[in-house]
Amino acid sequence: MTTDTTTQGSTPGATAPGQVVLDARGVTMRFGGLTAVRNVNLTVNSGEIVGLIGPNGAGKTTFFNCLTGLYIPTEGEVRYKDKVLPPKSFKVTAAGIARTFQNIRLFANMTVLENVLVGRHTRTKEGFWSAVLRGPGFHRAEKASRARAMELLQFVGLDAKADHLARNLPYGEQRKLEIARALASEPGLLLLDEPTAGMNPQETRATEELVFAIRDMGIAVLVIEHDMRFIFNLCDRVAVLVQGEKLVEGDSATVQGDERVIAAYLGEPFENAPGAEEVAQVEAAEAHADAPTDAAPGKENDR
Amino acid sequence: MTTQTTAPETPGTPAAAAQTGLIGIPPQIARALATGGGVLTIISAFMSWTWTAKFPGDLTVYGYPGGLQVLVLIGGALTTLFALAGYGVKGLRHLVPAGGDGALRFAALAAFTTAWYAVLAISTELGGVVNLDPGGYLVAIGTLAAFIGALALPFEHPQPDPIDPDDSAWEQFKNKASHQWETIKTAFTAGSPGPVGKLPAFVEILIIAAVLALGLLVFTYGIGTEYDELFVGFLITAGFSFAALNKSGLVAQVSEITARHQTITVFGAFIAAALFPFTQTDDQYATIGVYILIFATVALGLNIVVGLAGLLDLGYVAFLGVGAYAAALVSGSPSSPFDVHFPFWAAVLVGAAASLTFGVLIGAPTLRLRGDYLAIVTLGFGEIFRITANNLDGTSGPDLTNGSNGISSIPNLNILGWDLGAPHDILGFTIGRFANYFLLMLVITAIVVLVFRRSGDSRIGRAWVAIREDETAALAMGINGFRVKLIAFAVGASLAGLAGTVQAHVTYTVTPEQYQFAGPIPPNSAFLLAAVVLGGMGTIGGPLIGASLLYLIPNKLQFLGDYQLFAFGVALILLMRFRPEGLIPNRRRQLEFHEEAEAPTVLSKAGA
Repeated sequence: MTTDTTTQGSTPGATAPGQVVLDARGVTMRFGGLTAVRNVNLTVNSGEIVGLIGPNGAGKTTFFNCLTGLYIPTEGEVRYKDKVLPPKSFKVTAAGIARTFQNIRLFANMTVLENVLVGRHTRTKEGFWSAVLRGPGFHRAEKASRARAMELLQFVGLDAKADHLARNLPYGEQRKLEIARALASEPGLLLLDEPTAGMNPQETRATEELVFAIRDMGIAVLVIEHDMRFIFNLCDRVAVLVQGEKLVEGDSATVQGDERVIAAYLGEPFENAPGAEEVAQVEAAEAHADAPTDAAPGKENDR
Repeated sequence: MTTQTTAPETPGTPAAAAQTGLIGIPPQIARALATGGGVLTIISAFMSWTWTAKFPGDLTVYGYPGGLQVLVLIGGALTTLFALAGYGVKGLRHLVPAGGDGALRFAALAAFTTAWYAVLAISTELGGVVNLDPGGYLVAIGTLAAFIGALALPFEHPQPDPIDPDDSAWEQFKNKASHQWETIKTAFTAGSPGPVGKLPAFVEILIIAAVLALGLLVFTYGIGTEYDELFVGFLITAGFSFAALNKSGLVAQVSEITARHQTITVFGAFIAAALFPFTQTDDQYATIGVYILIFATVALGLNIVVGLAGLLDLGYVAFLGVGAYAAALVSGSPSSPFDVHFPFWAAVLVGAAASLTFGVLIGAPTLRLRGDYLAIVTLGFGEIFRITANNLDGTSGPDLTNGSNGISSIPNLNILGWDLGAPHDILGFTIGRFANYFLLMLVITAIVVLVFRRSGDSRIGRAWVAIREDETAALAMGINGFRVKLIAFAVGASLAGLAGTVQAHVTYTVTPEQYQFAGPIPPNSAFLLAAVVLGGMGTIGGPLIGASLLYLIPNKLQFLGDYQLFAFGVALILLMRFRPEGLIPNRRRQLEFHEEAEAPTVLSKAGA
């Protein structure tokens, strides 16, 4: 086990803009008879923020897990910088894709700094013997790791709380710490799974700024989110996943204007464009509906 | 007990934060009572407690305390000191940085329980209270007075939960009972001390040296207790006195100082431990010392696997056995099938390598399991080792281990011309066989401590903790979970093997029955795990203390006999109920188990 770190510049995973970072082709994921994701294609270019939206149960997180090696796609393949992703999640991270979790999964009983240091695991090499023998290489590597971790904490604004236990952070800061921990693995692509879930508007704004700053570091970002305002402010491109299939992909305006997207979220309109006639019909039906339900109280039991 | 609390009679009216004690005596009188009781206790310790020397320890002499009297004297002295500190006596303020009343209560409790235990033991063993001398009565009265005084000291009562009038009588009773329990608990709590001012470095080091010397003294005293009553008294006094010092805030301050000089503390602790054989006149207690040390070292190795990496290993003692067998086979013993006699360094390497191989062989298939399943499989492998060792006797299998007779007559070690089997004279002290092995074992312990400390605070150690905390997230952070866990398993195994190589020589004989899952004599897998859990997971001091207690208590309390395992089980349940983080808690685990007390704001939003 050699004692050698590969701490590079400040944005090691960065790539020239316009290059394809992530290329998912025909990804299909089946669990027994259930097809959670069907034939999804998605590319992410460097310097891009791509959003992935869809109603609950659309298969967003399953697709995410396919990208991070947690699941192996039943069909199709995922390429990261022209290399097919290995089927183990720790190898995917080593390759350069980092992720956060929908429900925060920090190492709750480690300090904030230690959490970020764990994130640096793939970029450092010292093994057990180096830790026991403590040669100069070990101290150098450890120092560099700590410096880099502190830099990242500063970047997300948590440097003052480096010695706190992660569990003691307020919710918003736990989210930030999770992002810092993911950044510590020096990714070329960052996958954010609902980064603003449970946040208030101010915190959401701050997260938006943070994601822009990450993009400016040269790291491509793929984000799943329910908050439409957040997504459309943030993303260069948005893909919509409905019932496991990709419905549309395009910039904010395209997606927002697409009728199928609205239908997916709000339901299908009536067959012909709903005019005053239909509205009146509906109202009449509703007004009517109240009366008979009382009139036939035992009806449901009869069935 | 007379626990007259000031619970409001009418439900709903909040208690005025009443500053009263548990017993209705005016505070001035209470304090005087506590002080007076303390002084009386000290005086009575110098008097005769009983007329006959039949009670062990000879408590018949005036002016010279012996046995249990010394323990009561310590309790009384602590009580007096803390009581005087309550008067604001100059110079004594430093004794109670966290407020003295909580400490006083525990000190008085220490004196009270020890003294009354002694008095009751005298009365029952000699047949009646007539056997008590005036000193015996006096100490009973003095400690009782001090204890009552301490209980009557005012403290801030907790607010009771308002009683819902719709509740049933049982609910109301439960509410009241829980409030009374809270009140009693509050009576024994104390504030937290302020940070210690920076003292000159040499003063701090002197403090550390004094504390270590005290630790050595307490340990030596405990190991040298000659009869059951004294050991029970020792446990009571030591336990409550430590609680008293803890409540006074001294323990917190000392640990703050030791944290500033960690390396010096660790070195000092080893020097103090190395001095232990020099405090002994014969090999009788050094024997216990070396067995404790073997037990503690293996427990510390297990702590890497369980405490850091979170892998519950119930067959850990097998690795000790592999190391011991490996060392025994190459020791030149006549019952070993190999006719070789390796020097010690080579035997150590063979033992550690054998355990390492065994660890990897067992770990590779089993570490894909998590939690309970891993525990069951390791338990199985531990038993497989024992049964295999039993069967490799030439009839049921190849002749390797000599079956249930084991490998006997293992010769003593000879390191660089130093025969560990023979006594040596150093500076006028005689260092016997077991003391020699104690010192050798201490070197092994030092290696294990070094490995634990250094690997714990490094990339690999953080990966272990991360795996323990959340395996999925750890994998997503790029940690090769299987590999990292296998390293933890292999490291733990080889450290146990290291201890095994010395154990083989200490015990002369290696038999399969020494390496059971559970049995009356430690080390066995169950006791090893208990030592780790009892002492505190993930710490260095925890397993050492836990192993010392778990070895000493059954060894000293012969009267427990068949009830030993039962008593041990009860003690473990009580500990898990009241102090789940262990005797010496890891900072992390303490926060984990007492989150409502120390981290009030955490995650309150997450539920929304």
